[in-house]
Formats: sequence, C-alpha cells, structure tokens
Amino acid sequence: MDKRLERILPRVQKPARYVGGEYNAVVKDLSTVDTRVAFCFPDTYEIGMSNLGMRILYGVMNEMPGVWCERVFAPWGDMEEEMRRCGMPLFALESGDAITDFDIVAFSVGYEMAFPGIVNMLDLARIPLHSADRHGLTPLIIAGGTAMYNPEPMADFIDIVSLGEGEESTVELIELHRKARQEGWSREEFLRSAAKVPGMYVPSLYDVRYREDGTVSSITPLDGAPQTVTKRIVEDMDKSYFPVKTIVPTTEIVQDRVTLELFRGCIRGCRFCQAGYVYRPVRNRSRELCATYGVESCNDSGYQEVTLSSLSTSDYPDLTELCDELEDFCAQRHVNLSLPSLRADNFSMNLMQRLAKGRKSGLTFAPEAGTQRLRDVINKNVTLEELLRSCHTAFAGGYNAVKLYFMLGLPTETDEDVLGIADIAARVMHEWREASPNKNRGVRITVSTSWFVPKPHTAFQWEPQISREEYERRVKLLRDAIKTKTVTYNWHDSATSVIEAVLARGDRKLCKVLETVWRKGAKLDAWEEYFSYDRWLEAFAECGVDPAFYANRRRERSEIMPWSMISCGVSEDFLWREHERAAAGVTTPDCRTQCSGCGANRLVGGKCHV
Amino acid sequence: MSKLRLLFVKEAQSSYISHLDLLRTFQRAFPRTGLEIRHSQGYHPHPLLSIVLPLPVGQSSVCELMEFEVTQETDGAGIAEKLNGGLPAGLRALDCYPAERPVRELADLRATLELEYDCGVPAGTADQLRELFSRPEILVFKRTKRKELAEVDIAPMLRRADWTEQTTCVRGDVVVQAQNPGLNPQLLAQAVERYLPELTPDFVRVRRTALLDDSGRDFR
Ligand code: SF4
Repeated sequence: MDKRLERILPRVQKPARYVGGEYNAVVKDLSTVDTRVAFCFPDTYEIGMSNLGMRILYGVMNEMPGVWCERVFAPWGDMEEEMRRCGMPLFALESGDAITDFDIVAFSVGYEMAFPGIVNMLDLARIPLHSADRHGLTPLIIAGGTAMYNPEPMADFIDIVSLGEGEESTVELIELHRKARQEGWSREEFLRSAAKVPGMYVPSLYDVRYREDGTVSSITPLDGAPQTVTKRIVEDMDKSYFPVKTIVPTTEIVQDRVTLELFRGCIRGCRFCQAGYVYRPVRNRSRELCATYGVESCNDSGYQEVTLSSLSTSDYPDLTELCDELEDFCAQRHVNLSLPSLRADNFSMNLMQRLAKGRKSGLTFAPEAGTQRLRDVINKNVTLEELLRSCHTAFAGGYNAVKLYFMLGLPTETDEDVLGIADIAARVMHEWREASPNKNRGVRITVSTSWFVPKPHTAFQWEPQISREEYERRVKLLRDAIKTKTVTYNWHDSATSVIEAVLARGDRKLCKVLETVWRKGAKLDAWEEYFSYDRWLEAFAECGVDPAFYANRRRERSEIMPWSMISCGVSEDFLWREHERAAAGVTTPDCRTQCSGCGANRLVGGKCHV
Repeated sequence: MSKLRLLFVKEAQSSYISHLDLLRTFQRAFPRTGLEIRHSQGYHPHPLLSIVLPLPVGQSSVCELMEFEVTQETDGAGIAEKLNGGLPAGLRALDCYPAERPVRELADLRATLELEYDCGVPAGTADQLRELFSRPEILVFKRTKRKELAEVDIAPMLRRADWTEQTTCVRGDVVVQAQNPGLNPQLLAQAVERYLPELTPDFVRVRRTALLDDSGRDFR
C-alpha cells in the first residue's frame, strides 16, 4: 500500500472506501495490460458502488484482454484535504496508482450536480482541465450517463461523450484508441475517427454559434462529424452483459444488495421523466435468464437481498412467474426479494404483500400531482381510486406507514392542484381509519414534494421552471393546508433545483461558470454539506451569465436546443406532440396498449417488442 | 448444532474494515460453506457470530478469532478453505475448529509496533524506550465507554516490551493484557509522545502476532 495513503487513512472517516481489495475487484498483471482505464464516478464510494451501470461496464471492460479497468470515486472532503496536503494525486482503487497517466479516464455522470465534481477530479488527477489543453492521445477523457444527454455545459472538459448504453460502444472505442496508439495517430486524427463510431459525440468537432439574445443560432459539425449523434442501445437484453460476479464492498453502500435488472426502458411515457424518454424503447430480459442471474449472483456474492430493478418493475410481463421461480431458492437461502418502484394497482399490491412475508416496512407511492387534471397533463396514469384502494389493502394487511411523493411547479399547476396534495393525504388518512385492524399503533403518512426541473429530451423541455419565490409560496400553501399531525410534510430544498434546472438545459457558455464555481470551492455539490447557492450566484455574476435565461425561460418550438446534435431515438416532433397534448390535458397510452410513434423503434430494427 | 472458532488473518486493505462490516463480510462469505449460521431467538433474530477481541481499525493481525454457531454437526474441517473463496484481499481464514477453551482463558496478546522515523531513528531511542516502559507508572489518556477522556495507568497491563532499532524504524515486540481491561498496543506510542516528545514517531504501525493464555502458550 502507498505509504502516503497508509498515513492518511487513520485520520479520515470510513477509510475502507479508499483501499479497494474487495471480493471480485479485478487485479491484473501489468505485463499483460496495454490499456489502463480509470472508471470515475464523481460522487462517493457508497453512491458510486450502488450504480448498476458502472458495475456492468467494469465487467465488460475487464473482460477485454489487455484492458484493465479500475474504479475511482470522489474523495470526501477530509480525504481530499489530506491528499492535497501530501501531494497525492487521485488514484485508482485496484492498483493504488495515480490515474494521471492512464490511457482512458471515463466518467459516469448520472446527475447534473456532479459536474463540478468532475472538474475537481480532473484537477486532483493532475490532468489539464480543458480538452483543448490536452495534446497527446492519453489520457483520453470520456463521459457517459443520463446527464450526458446534454453534455454542453461540460463540452470544454470532455473529449468524447458516449451516448446511451455502453456495453458495445465502449469496446469499439477502446479498440480504436488502442489502434491509434499502436499506429501513432495524432490526437486530432483519433478524435475525427472516434466521431464516426455510432453513439460517440466529440464536442470539439462542433461549432456552436449564438444569437445576440443568447439562444443557439447554429450548430455546425466539423471534419465530417455527423449532424446528429444517436445513442446506442443493446437490442437484445438476453445478450447484454450482466455482472453475475460483482464486487462486494466491505463497507456499507447505499444499494447493498443484488440488483437484478429485468428490463431497460419504460412503456409509460410520463412527460416529465427524462429516463422514460432517453432509455426507450423497452427491452425485456427473459424470465429464465433473470432467474439464473438472480441465483448465481446471490451464490457468488452471498447477498441476502435481491432488488428487482427497472424504471417501473411491475410492468415486467412475467413478474409473477419470475417470483414463483425464485421462491424456493429465496426461502432456502433466506433471500428477500424487493420491488423498488411500485405502481398503485392491485397486481402490484398483491405481489408486494406476498414478497414482504410479514415484514411490514413502509409503502411508497408516487402520484406526482395532486389532481387528476394535472396527472393527465403529465401523463401519470394513476387514479385516486387506485391509490386509495391500494392503501386500503395495505392498511388492512397491517401496514401503518405510507410515503407519498409529489412534484411542485409542474407545467399548468394551479393552487387547486397544490391543495389537491393535502386532500390526497387526508383521504389516505381516512382510508387508514376505515381499514386498519389495529388503530392503537397509529399511522404515519409522509408527503414529500420536490421541485420540478424541466429536463432535455422530454415533453417539457420547452417549459420554464417556476421562480423560487413562487415555489416557496406553493410549499407554504401546502404546508398550511396539511393540518393533521399524523401527516408529515417534507419539501425539497429549493436552491439545488434552481442550479439543476440551469445545468440541465445549459449550453457551452456554462463551461466557464462550472470552472469558476469549482475554483470557488464547489466539488460534491449533490451533498448539502458542500453545496452553496451563493457560490453559484457569484460564479454566474462573474461570468455574466443569467441563470434565469436557462431555468425560467419558455422556449419556442423553433428554438435550436443546445443539445440538438444529440438524439436518444425519440423524435423532437413526438416530444412536441406530447407537449401539446399535455397543454390540452390529453393522455397518451403506454407502449403496450398502443404505439405512439415516438421514433425509438428505429433503434430496434423497426418494431418495438414491448 | 456446533460451536466453532475461526482463526483468521486481517491485514493490508482488510485492516480498514470496521467491526460491524467485518461481521457482515463473513456472513456473506458463509453460504459458500453450505452451513447455516444459527440465529438468536426472539423478536429481532441476529446471527450468532462474534469476534473474540475486535481489532482496532487500521491495525493488522495474524491471529484473529471469530466464534459462531452453525445448525449442522461439524468439526469445522474444510470451512476455512471454503470461506477463503469469497473474502476480500487481506482477510484469510487459517483454520476452523470446535470452540473448546473458554475465552476467559485468553490472558495476553502479543503485538509488534513499528515506530517510523522518516529522518532516521534518533540515537539512543531504544534505550530510552526501554527505560520508559520499565517505569512503575505510565499514564496515558484513553476514551472511556462514555466517550470521555480519562487518564489510565498502562504500566500494570504491559507484560513485556523489547525494542530493536533499524535505520528508519524502531520495532517493539510487546505483550500486553488482552482483556478486563485490555490494552491497545497503540497506546504505547501515545506514552512515547507524552513522556518522550522528542522521540514522537512519524507513523506507528501495529500488528497482532499472537493470542496467549496465562502460561504464555498460544490460545486458540
Ligand atoms: S416506437 Fe412506439 S412502442 Fe416503441 S417506444 Fe416509441 S411509442 Fe413506444
């Protein structure tokens, strides 16, 4: 172990997250390795290790002969301070080596608030921050993940953005990079070829011009780069990689269990949901394979909990059969199955009760909006009746805690919609009185609201975010309307959502802001401990950028979005159609009921197998 | 049902695994043995699995003991090998056998201390350490269970301490009382800091080397 590290560790919190060596961590003999990849997650070990995508790509890359992919996480503040003090650069967990000279440094970026963390990690790694200041073939800085569907605020820092699912495209990119190194290509030559790999977006090969009013006037691809880069997907989930042998951390992480991915995509089409659009179309993994992977991963890891993961797990066609199939194994090995996302319908309730086997932890539902009108606007197809019926069943079955999630500030929201949330809480309360067999134990109803952030590639990408004052007024309106003590109301802090809204639909003018805010100390801004709203406001002011331009402005249909060169397969015409239907309060059926022609079918050869 | 003891090494990366996480790590490796750990009865059943003298985080050891009960009848043969198939780097089971001797017969523990001096060991360090650790009273500050700082005399808990000088390191081979109360060998370094501040080392490494009964033989 590195001597500096050994001396730092006794002084930092949770040292186990900085040492590696976990069961199934991959260690390779350097004499067999010609490509070293640092797979960086711009958040803590506990968060990063809970990310299934990262585990998949770690497995995929390490299966490539000659390639050694290692993990790198953002150090917590105390660790960063110690590292900077003793001059220790950012290092990879498996080897302990500084990543400065690695061939490829790849970032997995799931949320916008991680952007400053990426800049900070580059700096900790002693890698020049700007793509333009890096001259050789190595290190190549690449990034992928949901937040990279609009990578423009990071355009100055990243060499290549990998769009969509990386199982196949990452392999292609690594092969190309290896060839470039062997044949001694220039960096420019390599980037030009990389831009021809489907799914690879090379920001430096696009000339973006702006109008006087700050909107984009043109996006011009250079040197033969494609006009539009379309995300990659794995067409057949049965052929996609699943990390059966996966790293088992020796310190507790957020998702400390087997995550069994049943399918990708979502059939539902909630209009605010970026994941629902960018992961289209839905692709199911066969039940047999899911069952095998579930058993094999438990056997290898020793985990006693399996979460059946997907965007909307109860939409998996063979869910009951899969649970049947796993039942014996689970009973014999004391393994619990859990469903992370629950729809408020009968089917889900029955299944959940069966899986819970007496463990009556809390129930969580996400009606998202307080009235049927607004739920129709956002295309969240759950009715109050279904919700109440589900709660009734749950209370009758002995549950005494329900969590309800909503968003404030959705397009067209009125005070009536806000008050509708309080009404739902009261009706759930009433349902408990009717149904509970044991009222002495009381009931806990929790209402949580977050602040709606319009995201790119959604039907609401043209919509403004409401102002902070208005959001706070609505929070207060709701707070005053919730009268019973049994209902707890939690609301999301507003400042982070403003910054998220700015970054989500930002353009290249924000690169400067990101660098400025990082220089002022921003790093782990997804964490309350480190986030400072004032720091962001200062950075905006210094760079002459008006955050309201990005967060609170309504866009015209004709406006060129900063991310227009990127396609997730869903056409902008479809998104606009959804936008118009939202305005009219008309719902759109899910993909299984009827195809609405979003365009994602072209990613799977013409027809979606929903 | 069998009550077993596992002898294992905890070093390198694994020396940073906390006590609770260590239990969890063993529990996860356990299904590989085909045996089932017994759980306590009652409302919140927990696995009957315990570490005999939990090692402070950051120290390493070649003689850790874990006790556990399994529902099956077994003398423990083969268990260590099977567990090793699922453990992190630096954690290695050496042997598994029926727990026979009561833990109260564990009297002392032996450890090596490496006091590192980056600019070379100051002249006469070993002699001064010998003198210090033969004093009748050596007071250090220790956190009590209630997290308060209390002054304790470690001299009565120190059985033996031999010191040898190397170029940038002084090695101590020490034997200390293991329990009721036990002495964390790291506290010897604290005593150096307090009584011989000019000999304060740049870094201290502690490694447990043996568990002993009161006649000085290995406790297993
Ligand atoms: S093409 Fe049709 S079925 Fe396929 S994802 Fe789009 S709307 Fe759904």
